Amino acid sequence: MQMPAPDARTLGRKPAIVARLREVLPADAVIDDPVELRAYECDALAAYRCPPLAAILPRSTAEVAAALKVCHAEGVKVVPRGAGTSLAGGAMPSEDSVILGIARMTRVLEVDYADRIIRVEAGRTNLSVTGAIESDGFFYAPDPSSQLACAIAGNIAMNSGGAHCLKYGVTTNNLLGVTLVTMAGEVLEIGGAHLDAPGLDLLGVICGSEGQLGVVTEATLRILAKPEGARPVLIGFDSSEVAGACVADIIRAGVLPVAIEFMDRPCIRATEDFAHAGYPDCEALLIIEVEGSPAEIDEQLGLIRTIAERHSPVEFRESRSEEESKRIWLGRKSAFGAMGQINDYMCLDGTIPVSALPQVLRRIGELSAEYGLEVANVFHAGDGNMHPLILYHANTPGQLELCEKLGAEILTLCVEVGGCLTGEHGVGIEKRDLMTVQFTPADLEAQMRVKDVFDPAWLLNPAKVFPLAASAGRRGN
Amino acid sequence: MRPTSEDDLAALVRSAPGPLRVQGGGTRGPLAEGDLLETGGLSGIVLYEPAALTLVVRAGTPLAEVQAALAAEGQRLPFEPGEMGGLLARPGASTIGGVVATNASGPRRVQAGACRDSLIGVRFVDGRGTVVKNGGRVMKNVTGYDLVKLLAGSHGTLGVLTEVAFKLQPIPPATATLILPDLTPARAVAAMSAALGSPFDVTGAAHLPGTGTLIRLEGLAASIAYRVDRLLVALAPFGQAVVERDPAAAAALWQSVRDGAPFQGREGDVWRISVRPSDGPEVAARLGGEVVMDWGGGLIWALYPAGMDARAQLAGIAGHATRVRGASPDIPAFPPEPAPVAALTAALRAQFDPRGILNAGRG
Repeated sequence: MQMPAPDARTLGRKPAIVARLREVLPADAVIDDPVELRAYECDALAAYRCPPLAAILPRSTAEVAAALKVCHAEGVKVVPRGAGTSLAGGAMPSEDSVILGIARMTRVLEVDYADRIIRVEAGRTNLSVTGAIESDGFFYAPDPSSQLACAIAGNIAMNSGGAHCLKYGVTTNNLLGVTLVTMAGEVLEIGGAHLDAPGLDLLGVICGSEGQLGVVTEATLRILAKPEGARPVLIGFDSSEVAGACVADIIRAGVLPVAIEFMDRPCIRATEDFAHAGYPDCEALLIIEVEGSPAEIDEQLGLIRTIAERHSPVEFRESRSEEESKRIWLGRKSAFGAMGQINDYMCLDGTIPVSALPQVLRRIGELSAEYGLEVANVFHAGDGNMHPLILYHANTPGQLELCEKLGAEILTLCVEVGGCLTGEHGVGIEKRDLMTVQFTPADLEAQMRVKDVFDPAWLLNPAKVFPLAASAGRRGN
Repeated sequence: MRPTSEDDLAALVRSAPGPLRVQGGGTRGPLAEGDLLETGGLSGIVLYEPAALTLVVRAGTPLAEVQAALAAEGQRLPFEPGEMGGLLARPGASTIGGVVATNASGPRRVQAGACRDSLIGVRFVDGRGTVVKNGGRVMKNVTGYDLVKLLAGSHGTLGVLTEVAFKLQPIPPATATLILPDLTPARAVAAMSAALGSPFDVTGAAHLPGTGTLIRLEGLAASIAYRVDRLLVALAPFGQAVVERDPAAAAALWQSVRDGAPFQGREGDVWRISVRPSDGPEVAARLGGEVVMDWGGGLIWALYPAGMDARAQLAGIAGHATRVRGASPDIPAFPPEPAPVAALTAALRAQFDPRGILNAGRG
């Protein structure tokens, strides 16, 4: 992974830039001490690190705008940061960039149950949005697995998903409006508590733009009434193909579960050793969750049982209590942790058409054998968003590179069968150089032209998303 | 001009000497000036995988053809697009590309999202005559910028759509519509908010004068029976609801809301106004005339005297008002945007269509 050479002029002007930022921000909002800056040298893609020039932690939209005006005037790159949980390096700084963290902006600004919206400052964590409304029976639907830590700003930047998006959609489907500060320091209100744009859907392109179009400081989000209840069922199969066929039949039958999760044998075994959830030792396992009143849940699970039995499952375990539900989810929720116990791992995020599932799993198995690296599969089966985990030893020289090469092959495979490189984590630096696998030069050009409009000087998070060669002329170095 | 391939279309755009009026069925929105460029030659389903809830279709395919193909598999477009031909007195057949270009979304928008939320991929020819694709055929995709959303509702001003992809929905086996008679707009919105804020997964909430306030439920049969009972209790303060269980009769009601049927063939302009639901009654009061409310009060269809500016009555209310029927030299159909947003919009159009030839003046 390469980053552009830092701009020598910016590095040389560090004291002057920091001084100008201190003029417009409170003293405790500007960090330039090298030791303190270590906290901002990476996000959750921890294999890559680089301390920034400085970090700023504004407390208001006005402070964000003032700081961006300074950076814009100085020609300094800015890397926005929510909670730093990006798995794609979306918040990784460069040596010549200022990290703009909005973790101090966490207030709830408005809750309106009649209109079913909440307006928050974008540094607020995902789970604490729901936390502010759940005692009144409401929730915010997108639920990335990092939801305890991740910020709404980062969710918007990456258009984050979650386990329950099969029914409720991803961030973009639950976002109604933003306050956006452009790189030039202009404050824009896009959308609001009403639905849909009168002109071009700027909100739609801002969401998922990986912090390259502006800094989101406030967001209006759609909230929903909590369902009366939810219950999962666990179904084991002796082949991945059959599990895939069962998923297809459930979807065709018109049952719309809130989640359909899939784990393969390597993943089941690892999580079983770690979490002891009592999973059957089988080739493939589905966890399907449905929602509603107890009677509605029974009706849906009855249908799912009828369909599943046509595929001769080796196990069908219906939860009968809160305790059993927790046990069924335990293994799935500890899958990543379990993998981390036995190995270092790289988590991929490609999406495939559900119909290509058996073919893709078979090919991943072959590639895994070729590379001599184990791959465990856990993913959102209802929407085809895969999370292959490649296990490797970071301390063995050459293994990270080998792992990245295998990862690139698997993602290329996802694109070849009609899917995409990333379903919910984002491109960042991680998949930047694979973009040409999915897009033609004209496709990428069209996207980069959008950035030209919002950030003509390409100062906001510039070395991300697009292959460096493709963006070189625009970035100026 | 009626190209039959994407390549031909691209060549036509590249060599166009002046403005083009891009048109599917010509049933939606104001008609732009320029040489007619029809998309009807780009027709047909490219890929339909019912088990993956995925459809890829050429943009000039008639909406009715798409809906028939989906219905044959017990599926549908989640966002319930309307037909505007009746309201606008336009005889053409609506195309799926026109649906996307106007982000046309019906009553189910409150629960299943807008057209742009179900749209997962596009191919289009931009104003330079370049073919661009974005998104794809999978439901979860954050690879690169989401130009899919940008194209939805762009009224053909960024590019001519050639292919669109959707995620679909199974048609639920049962449905019921609760009808509360005789509510004022304010009481109607209160009732709709109560229903939409309940856990009963309401898929439509509209106020149709002369008929009543409509609340729709869809799902498995036993579940519908249960939710109807619970909603009847929850909505008791708003009066005794009648329950329409006949799917055809209920569908006719929702189609009436969806297509602005009460205003078809009537004198006057028609405005479509999006506000936060709790502002709906205020909008209705200020406009004074006849209104239909959808989206729980957040969408107001208003019949307004011809040539008069409904927008001028709505100062201080956040949202936007578009005149969907009628014409006036002084009053733009589309709402003017705040200056900084308008500047971004204009710059984006200039990037995709530097000569400004695609549906100029529309959107």
